[in-house]
Amino acid sequence: MTYEERLQHVSVLGAAGKMGSGILLLTAVEMADLSLKPGNKGKTFVLNAIDISDEALAGVMRYLRDQILKIAEKKVAGLRTVYAERRDLVDNDEIISQYIFDVMNVVRPTTRMESAYDSKMIFEAIKEDSALKIKIFSQINRNNSNQPWFFTNTSSIPITVLDEGAGLNGRIIGFHFYNPPAVQKLVEVIRSKNTLDEVHEFAMAYAKNLRKIVVPAHDIAGFIGNGHFMRDILYAVTEVHKLIKDMSVAEAIYAMNKITQEYLVRPMGIFQLIDYVGVDVCSFIMFVMNPFTKDEEIHSPLLDKLMGLGIKGGQFSDGSQKDGIMKYEKGKIVAVYDPVEEAYIPISRIQARVEEKLGKMPAPPAWKAIVGNKAKDEVLKPYFAEVKTAPGLGAGLTREYAKKSKEIGKHLVACGVAFSDADVNTVLLTGFFHAYGPINEYLD
Amino acid sequence: MKKLRRKVYFVAGYNTISMGSGRKEFHPKKERPGLEDYIREAGQGTLKMIGGAQNVDECVIGNFMASRFNRQANLAAFFPYIDEGLRYKPAIRVEGACGTGGLALMSGIKSILAETAEVVLAIGFEVQNTVKAIYCADFLAPAGWAHDRKDGHAYFFPGQFSERAGAYFEKFGREITRKGFARWYRNAIENARLCETAQEYHNTIKDLEAAAMAEPNPKVFLENLTALDCSKVSDGASAIAIMSEEGLKRCGIPVSDAVEVVGYGQVEEDITKPPPDKTALTTMKKAVSNALEFAGITIDQVSTAEIHDCFTIAGIMAVEALGLAEHGKGPEYVIAGNTARDGKFPINTTGGLIGWGHPTGGTGVHMAVTLWEQLKGKAGAAQVNIPNDRPFGLMANMGGDDKTLVAIVFKR
Repeated sequence: MTYEERLQHVSVLGAAGKMGSGILLLTAVEMADLSLKPGNKGKTFVLNAIDISDEALAGVMRYLRDQILKIAEKKVAGLRTVYAERRDLVDNDEIISQYIFDVMNVVRPTTRMESAYDSKMIFEAIKEDSALKIKIFSQINRNNSNQPWFFTNTSSIPITVLDEGAGLNGRIIGFHFYNPPAVQKLVEVIRSKNTLDEVHEFAMAYAKNLRKIVVPAHDIAGFIGNGHFMRDILYAVTEVHKLIKDMSVAEAIYAMNKITQEYLVRPMGIFQLIDYVGVDVCSFIMFVMNPFTKDEEIHSPLLDKLMGLGIKGGQFSDGSQKDGIMKYEKGKIVAVYDPVEEAYIPISRIQARVEEKLGKMPAPPAWKAIVGNKAKDEVLKPYFAEVKTAPGLGAGLTREYAKKSKEIGKHLVACGVAFSDADVNTVLLTGFFHAYGPINEYLD
Repeated sequence: MKKLRRKVYFVAGYNTISMGSGRKEFHPKKERPGLEDYIREAGQGTLKMIGGAQNVDECVIGNFMASRFNRQANLAAFFPYIDEGLRYKPAIRVEGACGTGGLALMSGIKSILAETAEVVLAIGFEVQNTVKAIYCADFLAPAGWAHDRKDGHAYFFPGQFSERAGAYFEKFGREITRKGFARWYRNAIENARLCETAQEYHNTIKDLEAAAMAEPNPKVFLENLTALDCSKVSDGASAIAIMSEEGLKRCGIPVSDAVEVVGYGQVEEDITKPPPDKTALTTMKKAVSNALEFAGITIDQVSTAEIHDCFTIAGIMAVEALGLAEHGKGPEYVIAGNTARDGKFPINTTGGLIGWGHPTGGTGVHMAVTLWEQLKGKAGAAQVNIPNDRPFGLMANMGGDDKTLVAIVFKR
């Protein structure tokens, strides 16, 4: 079966979710582009958008339309060539409208999972629950005579567990997009023990057509992205526990968030990132990873406690941040939750005290100013050189955090999750928008 | 040399701000003034200087594409909105793509010459930021031959001038021509920084020529031009009063406050045909030579010009069309600084279409306003030296790809 034939009948499971809708969009565009090739005239391309909620599917169709419009506006020069034979389409506006129709026309929103029984390939972006995934994969596999291929977006469950659990005989691969899939360039590709070569080849071709940066990871729970992120969280929590000997919990959280954002020059502090992903999601990923990690406890009682207190984070459907460990107003942090007091403490009440405790710090460069800066090394080197010798609690925390982050990266290579230091850095640079990779020599 | 059957004067010019990307106060998603606000501001600006609406006999408004940008036509009916005193007065709307403003001026001149009016209020405007650039390209495309649109570039007009730039590169050398573009851009921005209404007034780029030398990227935009080679997408209006001696008297304006029209050239080329030479603005050359001949002067007697630099390549070719440089020598002439504000022949002294802005239907009127200001020492910080032995100013306003041309010579 050719690449094109494989993509003639596709289903996305969990199509109305945050990840699923992005995968749906990218796949719909890829399929429509194939359908518009001169050789494919008359061939049908079907993309089932499967989810459990009709309401959410209606929302996803609106999302698709808005996104396809943006994509079409960007590539209208190329689309004019695609539609060169359509003499009735003259203005950019007409060409863009036609393209939106042609992409939307590929998509069939439905709540019926049976639609996937005719598909040749299945993208899965449902809840991070291995039993549920195995159940659905088995059901589709049993009822589908096409020997379909399964592309799972799991960020933490070993692919071999899903492969063997659902009896797929290697017709599965981990194809882990980053959030949001339409924007983030990174895809982690993970083969199960038995993943067929042709499935892997297809995955690479598909990623290339979507202009994604592929980082391969070994089939070890959490892979590279969450393998680093979850351990980063655990380290931050450990530091919070140390700091609360001398501070309130809210102050300690605020301090570590400030260290990890401003002083480590990251786009978000570690606790803000937990809120972005969702306290519940992070906690669940740890729960999934933990049974597979030997000699290491991937579990945070603090996150469990916050969950128990109803602190969840995550985002509203318009992409704005819900309150979580911190409270947000127009995207800015205004208060920090204190699980002891069970209340949000306004930043204004803790800021001065925390800053005094952290002590005088070398002035960090702004993440925004260096993330796309080719000469960022010239800024970061002297900054970390200062951090290296600066006295005070804050500088010490920054140093130790950076060292720990590097150690985690090195660990991922040593225990065989990542193929190389460079791959770890690529994941953090492209999947997490860090300005520099964790494996570096700034503090050596 | 021809003699006008009676004297025609321009006076009381007014420009709104040229609004769009580049201005600090511009935000594409924020609500902005509508076309009626621009028309009214410009119209009232001029009326105030000529003693009010009761002094006006006729009105003319130039606009290219409000029917699509603003879903508005029947534009002459906006005059009474400017001032109730204009109610029931004769008014017309004219259109000639980006040469619209020039046609509005010609219409006013002809009313004076026909003696149907002693005072004409002429306005030109465009409000273009209602849509994204990619749709703006659709709305501006009818300035060319509609049959060519289907196979043209997504950015149709920039595409046509990119082709001209390519032809020019091939014939006269890419490197030197691009350096000419870069110097043209620098002059435009440096001049705009001296004019508060200019769209690039807030421009802070330090090394303008280096910025303009960045390589064009056909994947993103065009083969031979970058965004800095292009005029602005603008919202703006300009107004000016066109009068006879009688009209000046009626308004109580001394002749010394006005500039005199001493020649014009208004010519049209066949829109259905490609340019005879992609490396030259042949129609502009004809219009300018007609205007100079009409005035009985040579280009050496002109001290400054406002010319239609919708793209840097158009600016370079216009320098040649004016006769300032030989064909193919435009870039050298510009690089040498001749067209800069302190050069031999300052051009586009408030930034032109690239620096001041290009509200398409208003541009021709804006050119006349700038020349009136310069020749009468009213240009403020943007004032250039007008030597006594060269008391003339020239404008050349172009519609489409060298199709509709209006050139006018003014005397101090």
